[in-house]
Formats: sequence, structure tokens, C-alpha cells
Amino acid sequence: MRPLDPRLLRYARSTRGFLILAVVLGAAIAALVIAQARLLSTVIVDVAQGGADLYDVAGVLALLATVFGVRALLGWLAEAAAYRTSARAKEQLRESAMRHVLALGPQGPAGHDPGAVAALVTRGVDALDSYFARYLPQLVLAVIVPAAVFVTILGQDLVSALIIAITLPLIPVFMILIGLYTRSRVERQWETLSRLSGHFLDLVAGLPALKVFGRARMQAQAIEAIGERYRTTTMGVLRITFLSSFALELLASLSVALVAVTVGVRLAEGGISFSAALFILILAPEAYLPIRLVGQHFHAAAEGLGAAEEVFILLEQPLPSAGERSDIPTRVTINLDQVSVEYPDRDGPALAPTTASASPGQIVALVGPSGGGKSTLLSLLLGFAAPTSGRILLTSDDAPAMDLTDVDMSEWRRRIGWVPQDPHLVVPGVDRPTIAEAVRMGAPNASISRIQRALGDAGALAEFELLPDGLDTPVHELSSGQRRRTAVARALVRDPQVLLLDEPTAALDGVSEQAVVDAIVRARSNGCTVIAVAHRPALVDIADVVVHVGGSPAGTSRNLSGQRPRKITTMVRDF
Amino acid sequence: MGLMGAAMRTQKWRLSSAALFGVIASLSTVALLGTSGWLISYAAQMPPVLALSVAAVMVRSFALSRSVFRYLERIVGHDAAFRGLTGLRVRVYERLERLAPVGLRRYTGGDLLARLVADVDTAVDLPLRVVLPWLQALLVSVATVAFLAWLVPGAGLALGAVLLIGLTLVPWLSARIALHAERRSAAARGALSNAVVSSLDGSADLLAFGATDLALAEVHRRDVDLTAIARRESAGLGLGVGLSTALQGLAVVVCVIAAIPAVVDGRIEPQWLAVAALLPLAAYDVVATLPTAVLARLRVRAAAERLDEVLAVPLPVRDPHRADPAPDHEVTLQCRDVYARWSPDDEPTLRGVSFTLRPGERMAVVGPSGAGKSTLANVLLRFLGYDGVVDLNGVPIELMDGDDVRGVVGLLQQDAHVFDTTLRDNLRIGRIDAEDDALRAVLARVGLAGWLSSLPEDLATRVSAATMSGGERQRLALARLLLAERRILVFDEPTEHLDPGTADALTDDLLEVTRGRSTLLITHRLRGLKQVDRILVLINGQVRAAGTHDELIEQGGWYAQRWATEIERGDLAALTAQIPPGTALTR
Repeated sequence: MRPLDPRLLRYARSTRGFLILAVVLGAAIAALVIAQARLLSTVIVDVAQGGADLYDVAGVLALLATVFGVRALLGWLAEAAAYRTSARAKEQLRESAMRHVLALGPQGPAGHDPGAVAALVTRGVDALDSYFARYLPQLVLAVIVPAAVFVTILGQDLVSALIIAITLPLIPVFMILIGLYTRSRVERQWETLSRLSGHFLDLVAGLPALKVFGRARMQAQAIEAIGERYRTTTMGVLRITFLSSFALELLASLSVALVAVTVGVRLAEGGISFSAALFILILAPEAYLPIRLVGQHFHAAAEGLGAAEEVFILLEQPLPSAGERSDIPTRVTINLDQVSVEYPDRDGPALAPTTASASPGQIVALVGPSGGGKSTLLSLLLGFAAPTSGRILLTSDDAPAMDLTDVDMSEWRRRIGWVPQDPHLVVPGVDRPTIAEAVRMGAPNASISRIQRALGDAGALAEFELLPDGLDTPVHELSSGQRRRTAVARALVRDPQVLLLDEPTAALDGVSEQAVVDAIVRARSNGCTVIAVAHRPALVDIADVVVHVGGSPAGTSRNLSGQRPRKITTMVRDF
Repeated sequence: MGLMGAAMRTQKWRLSSAALFGVIASLSTVALLGTSGWLISYAAQMPPVLALSVAAVMVRSFALSRSVFRYLERIVGHDAAFRGLTGLRVRVYERLERLAPVGLRRYTGGDLLARLVADVDTAVDLPLRVVLPWLQALLVSVATVAFLAWLVPGAGLALGAVLLIGLTLVPWLSARIALHAERRSAAARGALSNAVVSSLDGSADLLAFGATDLALAEVHRRDVDLTAIARRESAGLGLGVGLSTALQGLAVVVCVIAAIPAVVDGRIEPQWLAVAALLPLAAYDVVATLPTAVLARLRVRAAAERLDEVLAVPLPVRDPHRADPAPDHEVTLQCRDVYARWSPDDEPTLRGVSFTLRPGERMAVVGPSGAGKSTLANVLLRFLGYDGVVDLNGVPIELMDGDDVRGVVGLLQQDAHVFDTTLRDNLRIGRIDAEDDALRAVLARVGLAGWLSSLPEDLATRVSAATMSGGERQRLALARLLLAERRILVFDEPTEHLDPGTADALTDDLLEVTRGRSTLLITHRLRGLKQVDRILVLINGQVRAAGTHDELIEQGGWYAQRWATEIERGDLAALTAQIPPGTALTR
């Protein structure tokens, strides 16, 4: 782990100012530490040797109290600044991460499902608090204070300065040596630790299966045995790991003891003044303290940097290239020419080579086995993914053919009405959007009568108007069939030139299905290009073109992660 | 702290020794500074060097003992914490074992379960970051105050007063401020988290409708709100550190003020003044760790409470004290007028179900989702309590031990769990002493022979859910079930999360291997049901129709409608087959 990742300075700019502040405060604290030692030794020497009483040293004591007060104030200031910086840095990291993830498209970043991203940008980056509030300022102090203390003592007494000069550099050297020796073992240990937690989690997750076979009760002993085994090996490693802090403490305290004894002996022989001796004694431990504290905060820091590191990994994933042409003709035919899609981490193509075309005023039905690539084909047309081979050409009577990858996608998508298989009726800025708000997403300036017309076309208006809150009913209260028709209305309200529908009549009863089919036929007569994934004959019956999309043979498609998609909300419920 | 505290209390002797070592280490630090101060001050009076030797030896010993005892404290403390953690894991597991699976329904999402396990791991912080720092701060304070009071009563009193503030007011204030900050920001965090989740969840929809920038702006707006609150709260969060430094200064100054008259009056020798000045400085360092410890306590307490909350879920089923034996030969299962609900507060999802499953009979239970099909499976496996009669050969399963019932009735679940271990161990959960030949044979029966030969290390290959397809996982679970040789096999939506092709193939194989065995197939797909002896149509918790496939088609109703859509799907597949893959048919 690098103590200060340069990427943090780049992505979270607020960190720079904080670093400067930390250095300034660190220097001030170093000066105050020295002043404090000087004042305290002065009081003691004046009373113990000079015979002064309380009145004589009252001024110095007041000054000492002031120094402590200012130190407290600076400490408070530094901590508060750290939390402020952390809040700002988290905001900056969150913002860049969200912007980047959404720019990567609906497939999102490789290796992170949406739930993991949500957990990372909400709860995950909170670990940076400790990094900013504890580790970073301490790191600065660990550089400034020992140096300042050393220089001060050098001005007082050469022998003591020599003792510190020899022992102080030994501390990092020891830390590095012991660190190098234990690192591989510690890493292996972390692996065991996570495997142990994993084993426990595995057993708990598999409890139903274990109970079915009457094997659940006996596992308690296995947990105990493995826990014991883990404890003994861990303790073996910890004995060595703690040696590093032992060596550190020992060096620090022996140096202080050595300084005290040598100074004391020379003082008794008259080789040094009482005030210088006491000053050195009080100051010497301060040279070692910040270094020890850095070690203590190491773990908190590692966690914070780990979260930041994960954000950086997200941010470094390359964005898909964007086309720029926005001069798309109004009536285009979409030509698929041997288009296929393959993902490196999946066996078999996500979409096997497919050739077809769709013209304005046509309904194209996509049929084929599930997992064959019908939805993938739609995501190509939306620009969510790019074909691995083949191309998609937009042709028209009055302009040369245009490759979809050269087209400005936001311009292209403006012409598309899309009904996804699993519609998310989100509306930015509204946590619980209503039916009307969800439909208006399709056309932000749509009047209420236009929204009603779209819902009517989707075969939903009559039913929705009977709801107690009518079109102001929140969409999360709707059934899946009702939500699907809301999504159809959201697509229709755009008066799209291209309508992309992914099983638009799934979960609909016969009457609603017919209404949607009628709306599709109406869109065709208005010159719309309709491309629909069909799983029911009703849609195939009205199609002008039927495309067989068949990728991998049935039975081999597999969920990439091997698990059901995680529900995001459960991951961030404690944020 | 409930179960977590109880598990750690079993380690009280080890933890006490760790605390003792820690106190000795901290006191050595205090004494090192005090003795050094005394040594220097005494040396200033220019005594013979030999007179300093005792103090010099003490200084060196304290330096050594501080490091040695700190090391011992860490070793013993961690050892105790890990022992306590293992104990806690066992206790939590034993409780979860009695709750599973019905009592843990809310935790079926992998993430909540992972959270639970992480909460268990937090337990090590309880002794290491909460209890030991507190004990040390307390004992070191008492010892230092006592010593100083013996030296100069006024100074001891003054130090005691300041340390008392450091032991009570400062930690209390730090905790209050942290909780306050958390409460203040909770709403803003919730709002931000909603915006983040809905933007990520609906990223495709947002992109398609050109609203991505709007969504980002909304996330940013809420983020700015949260940051503003966090910045306002930052001043409070820094207060603990500032107060600690201020109190340390106060302790030093008041002790010096109390000790100076004693030196002037000659009540103590001048060399003791340095001791009175330096002891508070060192002692307060130990107390200054408390604001951090109190924050750790808040975190540990939250984890402990979440843990206790899960474990407080009432047991769904209690085994009888004196259990009747389960039948061990031909078994007839009889249900009469069975009512069941998921929890006492819920509406019943089974409402008067009756049927009999005779030896060797194969029966299917079909119906729409939410009809109570899974409830039935959980009742039969003795995972869920019920009203009415569920008998095996005339003996109510309530009178048998749950494990004995499950020795007769086996189950294949929707998402069978694959344990993160070898294939052999995964299968042997079904029969612990099964030989490799038996394992190979059963894998062949469930259609995994080809898959087995593709594995790098044969039966010793480590398998996991991530490396297997859904169909392979269910087949592995089926193999496990067949190995266990239960009299009655229950299948609870075994193809629920598989794509249609895989589901069809598994259904066919499943019907093949259960030929002639008492079987209850719970499903909402109708494929292959021509082969079973009887079909129950379960709607809204009640049996609405019963009969063979042909009889139910004849009757009309849910089954017949459902069958029509499956036929329709077949027609579509037939049409598709006429078009070469990857091409278009223009009409």
C-alpha cells in the first residue's frame, strides 16, 4: 500500500488543499510541542533549583496553559478539516464513479454488478473518513515532528542528539525488515481469514440443504474445529507481526531511557545544565510518538485506500467510443449485416451472426430460443453494445448509408421508443414516481392529454382511471402487467420513428394484449419501424418480417456470475 | 451485548490477564517518564553518581517492561478474542440451524446473510478495541491518582478530577456527537442512496430516454446536501481530540500548581516536582484513547443488536421431547385439512389441503405463484408448523424428531446450494459413506457423466455455484437426493430459475429417475405431467381440482388454460424452426 495514492489527489482534488493544511498544522504542532517542553522544564527548574515560588512562575505557567490550549485548538481544527475534506473527497469520488459507470452503459463496469457499485459509492467510500481524519495527518506529523525535535535537541546536547539520530532511523528500517518477512505470511493469513468467514457463510447459506439431509447439527463441531485450527495458525503469525511493534516500542523506550540515564550521569558530573537536561528528557519521547501512532492507524487507512482503489479501478475502465454524426435522415431502413456479439467471459456468442432489415412501416418480429440473443439485438440497436463483427447500416433514399457506430447515439435514441423486458420506470428527482410522471419520461413536455392518449393506446387508461389516485398512483403499487403497459405508453408518447419492444405483451391478459397489438399496428401505419421480440403468436401474426435469432443452443447459456442477480437495495440498506 | 457479550465472557480469564499485562505496560510508560524526571532532578543536585544507579536501573527496567508487557497484552488479548469468536460462531450457527430455513426467509438474499456473518466477525473488536482500552484507562488512572495523592494530596485530587472528566464526559460527549451526526445525516444518506440505486437500476431506461444527465444531476444534488451536513457536523466530530489535548494540559498545570507550594514548604524534596509534572502528562495519554474506544463500542453494539435481532426470531418448529420413531419401510403420506402460515402474523397460505400419497405413487402439485405450493413443501419437510393432520403411516409428523421426518421425506429445492468444497464432499452430504463408484453411478443417472469427465480432478475437483450452470447445480442436488435414498421425494419448483430448454431437459430426467418412487412434484410448468399418476391444482391455498392430465384438460379451468399457452409456445417454436437461424423471413 502506498501511503498516499497520487490518483487520490487527481480524482479528489480537495485532498490537495488538505495536504497543505496538514503540513502547516503539523509544523505549528511541532513548534508547540517544543515550546511546551521548554516551558514545563523552565517551571520545574525555577522551583526545584532556583527556589522560586508559585507567584514567580505564574507567568510561565499561564504561557504553558496557553500552549496546551492552542495545541488543543489546532488539533480540533485539524480533525474538523479532515472530516470536511473527507466529506468533499467522498462526494468527488462518488460523482466521478457514478458519471463513469453510467457512461459505460447498461452493462456497467466489468467485474462489478450494480449492487456492488451502489454499495461501494455509498457505504464503501465511508472508510475514507479514518484515512483522512487519522492516518494522513499522522503521517505528516511523523515526518515533521521527529525532524523538528531532533534539530532542537541537537542545539542543546550532542550526545542525546546522537542517540536519537542512531535509533530513530532504525525504526522504519526495522519496520520494513519485519514487514518484508511477515508480509507473505500475513497475506496468506488474510486469505485463510476470508476463507474461514467464507466457510461459515457457505455453511449458513447451505443450512436448508444440510437440514434436508440431517447433516446440519454436526457442522457445529466442524465450525469449532476449523476455528481452533485457524486461531493457532493466526497466533503463530501474529506473534511475529506484533514483533514489529514490539521492536518499535522497545527502541523508543530504550532510547528515552538511554537519554535519561546518560544525561542524568553527566548532569551529576556537571557536564550539562539542569534546564537543558530536563528539556531534552521531556522532548525525546515526542520524537518517537508520531511514528508509533502511524503504525496504529495503518489498518483504518488501508481500508479507506482499498475503497478508493476500487473506485479508481472503475474509473480506469475505458469508455466505449462515441459516434458524432447527427445528420440522420428521417426515414431510414435499419440493415443488419451478419451482426454478431461475443463476450470474452462467456462461452458461445451472445448473438450469432444475423442478417435482416427493417423499414419504416414494417413490423419485424424476433423469434428464437430464450438466451438466443433477441434482447442483445435490441441493445445493439440502442447503442448499449457494439457488434463484435458485422455492421448495422442506416440507409435511406436521399442520403448515403451510415454505420450506426458513427452515429451520435443521443440523437439516434431520441427517435426510438423502447419497451424493455423488465422496465424500470425511473424518473430522476422523484423517489416514487406516479404513472403520469413515468410516462412523461418519454416526452418531458407532453401535455396530460397526450399522456392519456398514450396510455389509452397501451390499453391501460380506462383501468388506471379507476384507481383511487388515477394517474397519480405511484408506479411501485402497480402489478407487473400494469407496469409493462405504462412502459409501452412511455415509448408511444414519444411518437417514435423506431419502436423497439422486448416481449411487450408478457404478463398481459387477452384484452390488454390486443390493445397493445392494435397500438403497434397503428404505429406501423404512421410509418414507424417496429422491431419486437415476440413470445406469443399474436405479435408474430401481424409481423411483416420474422427473424430467427438463435445463438447458443438451448441449455448452455449460463448466468455469468453463477448467481441470481442481487437486489441492490438490500446491499445499501444500512448506508 | 447479548450473544456476542456472552461468547466473549467465556474468555474472561484470558481477557483479564491481557488487561493486567496492558495495565502493567501502561503503568511502565507512566513510571518511565516519572522516574526519568526524578533522576534528572536529583542529578541536578549533583549527588555522587552511584546514588543515581538505582533510579537508572529502574528507568531501564520500565523501558523494557513497557514493551514486553505490551507485546504480551496483544498476544493474549488476540488469542482470547479469536477463541471468543469461534465460540460465538458456534452459538450463532446452532441458533440459525434451528431457525433454518423458514425462520431465515428474510435473509435468503446472499447479501443480508453476508452482513450477518460480517457482524459475527465484528465481535473481535469488543474485547480488543472496547473492553481492554477502558479497563486500562480506568486502572491506570486509579493507580496514578493514588500515587500522586500519596506524594502530594492536593495534586492527586486535582489529577483525579481532571481524569474523571476524561473518563466520563469526553467519551460521553464523543458518542453523543457521533450519534447526532449520524441521525442528522441519515435522511440525506437515504435520499442519496435512493438516487444512486434507482440510477444504477434504471441505467438502461435512463440512457434510452436521454435522462442520464438528469439522473446524475439529481445524485449530485443529494450528494451536495449530504456533504453540507457532514461539513457542519465535522466541527463536533473533531471536538474529542481537541478536548483530550486541553484536558491533558489542564492536568499538568493543576498538578504543578498543587505541587509547587509543597516544594516551597519543604513537604517534598525538589526532585519530586518533575514527577508531579510528568505523571499527568503520561497518564492522560492512556485516557485519551477513550473517544476512539467509544466509537468502536457504538459500531460493535450495532452489530451485536443486528445479530440478536436475527436470533430472536421465534422458532418455526419445535421438536417433541420424546419423539416417536419415523417409519422405515413402505410409507403412506396423508394430509387432512392442513392449514399453514409463514409466520404467526401472516394470513394462512395453505387453507384446508387434503390428499394421500401412497407408496410408489407420483403426484404433481401445480398452480399459480403464491398459491401455497412452497408452504406445502416446507410443512412436509417439518420446516414449518401447521394445523390439521400430516401423518406418515398414521403417525403425526409433529410427534417425530424433525431430522427423522427428513430421513423419510427428501427435498430438492429451487436453488440447491453447492458447497464450496470438492464434488465428492458435496455428494456425500446425501450419504456420508458413499463409495466413489456409487457417486459415479448416481452422477450418470442424473445426466452429469459428461460433465464429470470434463472436470480436471474428477471427484476431487473443487466445485462452487459460480463455476456451474443452473442446470448442473440442480442435477448435482438431484444426485445428492438420490444417494440419500429417501422413501418420499419432494421437488419444490426444481426448474424455477432455469431457462426453458434446460428446464425441459431436467424435468424429463427427473421424471425418469423417479419412476416407481413416491414423489411429489411441485411446479408451475405442465411439461411431462402426462406421466404422473395424479395432479392437484392448488389455487389460493386450496385444492381446486384433482385428476390426471387428461381429466384436468377435460374439466377446463386453470390447468386447461395454462396448457393452451404451453401449446401456443410449441406452435411458435415450430414456426421458428422453419426459418434458418440468423435469417429473416419476409411475408
